[in-house]
Parts: sequence; C-alpha cells; structure tokens
Amino acid sequence: MQNYDVTIIGGGPAGLAAAISACQNGAKTLLIEREARLGGILKQCIHDGFGLVRFGEKLSGPEYAERFMDEVEKTDCEIRVLTFVTRIKRMNGGFAVTLVSRDGVQTVQSRTLVLATGCRERTAKQVAIHGTRPAGVFTAGTAQHFTNLLGELPAKKCVILGSGDIGLIMARRLTLEGAEVIGVYEAKSTPSGLTRNIHQCLHDYQIPLYLSHTVTRVFGQDRLEKVEISRVDESMTPIPGTEQIIDCDALILSVGLIPENELAETLGVSLSAATKGPICDGQLMSSQEGIFSCGNALHVNDLVDYVSESGELAGKNAALYRGQSRDWVDIHTGKELLYCVPQKLNLQADNSEIVLYFRSRDVLNDCRLTLTVDGKEVFAKKYRFLRPPEMERLTLDFSSYGIRKNSDIRLEIEVKDDD
Amino acid sequence: MTELTCIVCPRGCSLRVDGEGDSITVTGNACKRGEAFAVSEMLHPMRTICTTVRTSFPDAPVLPVRVSAEIPKDRIFDVMREIKKVTLTKPVARGETVIENVLGLSVNVISESDLLLHEKREG
Repeated sequence: MQNYDVTIIGGGPAGLAAAISACQNGAKTLLIEREARLGGILKQCIHDGFGLVRFGEKLSGPEYAERFMDEVEKTDCEIRVLTFVTRIKRMNGGFAVTLVSRDGVQTVQSRTLVLATGCRERTAKQVAIHGTRPAGVFTAGTAQHFTNLLGELPAKKCVILGSGDIGLIMARRLTLEGAEVIGVYEAKSTPSGLTRNIHQCLHDYQIPLYLSHTVTRVFGQDRLEKVEISRVDESMTPIPGTEQIIDCDALILSVGLIPENELAETLGVSLSAATKGPICDGQLMSSQEGIFSCGNALHVNDLVDYVSESGELAGKNAALYRGQSRDWVDIHTGKELLYCVPQKLNLQADNSEIVLYFRSRDVLNDCRLTLTVDGKEVFAKKYRFLRPPEMERLTLDFSSYGIRKNSDIRLEIEVKDDD
Repeated sequence: MTELTCIVCPRGCSLRVDGEGDSITVTGNACKRGEAFAVSEMLHPMRTICTTVRTSFPDAPVLPVRVSAEIPKDRIFDVMREIKKVTLTKPVARGETVIENVLGLSVNVISESDLLLHEKREG
C-alpha cells in the first residue's frame, strides 16, 4: 500500500495551497481532485478581483488558480485528478483512503488528512419554491459553468433570486453576453453580496435590486415560462396580495453556500452549527486527531486570498503533526457575532500568531470588538462598520494573554449606544 | 455632492465626492486608490471586462479572456462585440494577447488561462 504523510482531498484553491505548504514542510504529499483539472470553482470564476490581498493585483479566477498550479508542479507533490474518495477509515497511525479512478479502486495510507472539499450551493429544493419542475431553474454556479466553461448561454430573459456574490457576478456576465436580467430579488432587507459587487455588477448595467422580495412560485411544463414574485415581511414570510407574475425563461438562484463535509462526518468530525464546517483549533485541526480542514469546507469565505491562507496553515500543520496531545479551550462568541474561526485553542501548541476570522450577525456601525480572558480585556479593536457579508480577519498573540486550562475566553462586540 | 462605493478592493468604502472639475474633494476613502477611483468615476468612469472567446477545441469550447487594462465604461459593449468575432484555432498561453489594441483603446484582450496549452498536449 502506498504511504503518505499528508493526503489532501480537493484540488481547489485551499487544497492547492495546502499541498504546496505540506511539501515545503517536508511531507510526502498526495493531492486528490475528482475533476479533470485542478483549480476548483476558480476555473469558472473568470471575473477579476481575486488576489488583491495576497498579490496586490486584480487577478481573474483562472489566473489566481494557475499561479498555485504552477507552484505545486514545482514540488514533489503527487497529484491525482479524475479521482474520487469513496471511503476513509482510521487505522493504526493514520488513515486508509479508498480511491476510485480510471485505474480502478485503490487504497492508500496516510498519516494525516486535509479536507479541502469546498462548499456547495443551496438549491431550489432547499429554498422551497412552489410550482412545477421545469428546466431553466439553475443555481448561479451552474449558470456560470454553462456560460464560462461550456460557452452556452443558459438564459435569454432571467430573474435572479438571492443577492449572493455569484448571483451578482452572473447578472453582469449574462448581461454582457446579451441576456436580459429582469432583476435581482432578495428576501432579506439587506444585500448578501459585497457592496462593490452591487455597484459594479448591478448599477453599472441598470439591473434593479429588490430587497424584501422573493420568488413564491414557478410556472412552465418543459421550460420555465414565468415566476411569481411576492413581497416578504421582516420574518421573510410572503405578504398575500403582493404577488406579481414575471415572464422569464430562467430563474437563477444565489441563495447561499454550505460547506461540504460529508466525508468529515463519516470520520466523526464535529461540525459547528454556525459555520457548518468542522470545529477546529488555531492549527486548523478538527475534533479528530490528524484531520485538518481549510478553505470553504471550514467556513464560507468571501475572499479566495483567505481560502489560500487557511490551506497553507492546514497543510503546514498536517506536515508537522506527530500525534502530539492537545488541550482544547473554547473561544466563546457573543450574540453579536455570527461566528469566529477557530472556535478552540490548543494550549499545547504555539498560539503566538493565531489568525482569527469572524463575521458579525447584523450590520453594525461604530462598534468595538473585545477579547476577554477570565473577565479581563486583553484585546480590543474599533470598527467603523461591520457587515455580515464581509469577513474580518485578525492576527492575535494568544500566548500572551495568560490563558489557562479552564480560562473563560470571550470574543464580543460592544455597540455604541445611540442615546 | 455625490455618494459612491469604491470598487477598487473588497473593502468597498463609501465615498463622498464634493465639488466639480479640478476642485473635486473625496472623503470616506481608506486609501489613495479610493480617491483616484472617485476622481476617475466623476470625470471618465473606467472598467475592466472579463469574458470568453470561442475556440475550435472540442474539450475547451471557450477560453476566458480579459482586457489588459481598464477601458471606458461606455465602450464595454463595443469591446464585447469585437471579442465575439474571434475564434481561436491555436493555443495561447496565459497573459498572451488575443486581440491587440482593441478598437484603438491602447488595451489588449489577453488570455486568462493556460487551458488550451493542456488541450494541445492531451489532444
């Protein structure tokens, strides 16, 4: 049986970064990708804006991914494409990973695992739209796949439900290709996507954005013919009497992303209800010894730069892992926070440079983030605004905060009183 | 007074622009690029476009391309029409020019990917 130090599942931006850093840290590394080409979803993200944090340049998705692909080619990493992981079992000193490829079924052995499986789009079935089941109802990612990889325009006249970034990007993309985008409808009262995308994708092309509206029914037998749009109240419940019918041949959904953790679950990895990704420590190790998580499988990122960053960290720590024991303490989050990653600290590890990502639950202005240890404030930072679609990142020296085994660590946001 | 959202980086600063012509003042920007964006946006808005060109390769029917630098916002659809005229029959590398000096705008349309190089190797 072939033996590896680190096996990385998923060859998107997180997996590529993990592979490079695992190799750089001396590990015998295997990278597994189910598609024919590395790069993950970036292959179809042909718009620019990637890599500003990391490279200080506005790159397109393929350009960003191929920089990492060029890097990984220079390492000793073994890469297997068109290969799918069907099963992983824990065994003495590591894992037995069963692979299916054109060569058949094979099992390899690995000391550690890095799960870089990315995320999936929420589908029409998960947002409960009534009516028939005609062709023409796509997720934004599927529409993007048709347009940017297959060169086929999936709509002539479409409605977009949800204001996530991919939906906004596709509104612009379809307009450029000559389709008519009637509008973007968002059930929430605030947009889900980045503000700059509202401007450069919608305003630039005079595409209207309707907040507090949703699609309540679809019509059509073989192909979508029309949709029913309703206003919704604060609890996102449709308001009777506000229905309007819109003729269109496609409904494109951009209603959220969910980390893909089916493999993780079969391995007994504990997932967070808030992120839907593995609960992990500052080294990105999950609740299971030797299993690391990164990228959008860990939590949905809005910038690929941070996906790569977490991949690098997971790859490095997997390479350096030798079965050391761990002592976990919780980082508790206040109700103003949607989540923070990591959720735990391992007191046995070097915590002097921990990267902490967090999102606020609501749009907040003039607020102050505080970190307290056993009731004592050890760190604070003021923010002019915090918005849930925009993830924040901090590097903190947790080793200097006097944290002990039973310490109470709290990350909270104080909002300035208006009175 | 005009309010803009800066599109230079994901931070997306809310900008306030006062004055006209040479006496434009910008506030709300976290960096210098925001000021430059606001001034450009008031005088001659510029954008990049990213799209695809047709190819003759069956397994890669389109290749992603982009403009090498910003173009005037009001020429976006003119440039799209030029790009649609192209069908690539030979592989081009990432960064290589697909259309030189498109519509005399002093900007090239360049490949975003090495995709077709691999097609050649496998084909």
